[in-house]
Amino acid sequence: MLEGKFALVTGCTRGIGRAIVETFARNGANILANGRTEGSLDDLCTGLAKEHGITAEPVYFDVSDPAAVKSGFQKILKITKQLDVAVNNAGVLDNNLLGMVNPKTVQEVFAINAFGTIYVMQYAARLMMKQKQGSIINLSSIVGINGNEGQVVYSGSKAAIVGITRSASKELAPANIRVNAIAPGFIDTDMVRTLSEEKFQERMDSIKMRRIGTPEEIADCALFLASDQSRYVTGQIIGVDGGMLI
Amino acid sequence: MENTEKLRQVFAESLEIDKNKVVDSLEYNSIPEWDSVAHMSLVAAIDSAFDIMLDTDDVIDMSSFGEAKKILAKYDVEF
Repeated sequence: MLEGKFALVTGCTRGIGRAIVETFARNGANILANGRTEGSLDDLCTGLAKEHGITAEPVYFDVSDPAAVKSGFQKILKITKQLDVAVNNAGVLDNNLLGMVNPKTVQEVFAINAFGTIYVMQYAARLMMKQKQGSIINLSSIVGINGNEGQVVYSGSKAAIVGITRSASKELAPANIRVNAIAPGFIDTDMVRTLSEEKFQERMDSIKMRRIGTPEEIADCALFLASDQSRYVTGQIIGVDGGMLI
Repeated sequence: MENTEKLRQVFAESLEIDKNKVVDSLEYNSIPEWDSVAHMSLVAAIDSAFDIMLDTDDVIDMSSFGEAKKILAKYDVEF
């Protein structure tokens, strides 16, 4: 579904990001894999390139640092002048009640989850404008739409993604660049393993499909949004949550 | 001189205006063709033509054709 396309995925060392690059690569996309830690994606890229006969290059930068994002895109330009898909997946979780939130955490969570998405979109959109087409996929969350106790900061940063996505979709539609977001529910990643047993069960009980989601199920939605199958879909926030209620 | 012509061509093609209209005093938002949406396409076209990546501050500061030349000079484009 993505043969010949170039896709940048941020935060793909593990979890949802990793599942997205693997799914994209399996579907023929050339991969630009982003992570923060130098060297952490070298083996993954080598393996994907070998297994799927694609180009897969690691691009290391911190999405929360505007200068680093620019420098990351300069590296991307040395690899390819073409960018068809950008997935803003890099994110951090914070579980703290309002009274326990400290300013440093607020800054950090918003810097990565929300501001980083804007910085990456700015440069991605410029590359996509040259070719008058592209798909930007942002990762929001079910808590960004409904809110959740103990997640004022995290859900706030993910709610920001909804506004960012809808606004950017309106700006970029004339250039045939689509911007959508995925709002995952309870997904089996390292992030959920930080929850207490009680909280984990509480979340499981709120899912109508009675099971936790997998990173691959988020990746399949990202594949749809990245592909031409969704060529007339923009400004949407797609819940992938098994009927979870919060 | 060569780069001035190259930049003028980029402006004309990107904004879809006659090349003769592209003079130093041509300002952002002074003509309907150079609005905020067109500005982003123009920036993308300049990036591509000169193989650079403009800083966001420079994108914001690029308020005229004359200013664009000054900004590009910072990226070692000679005029």
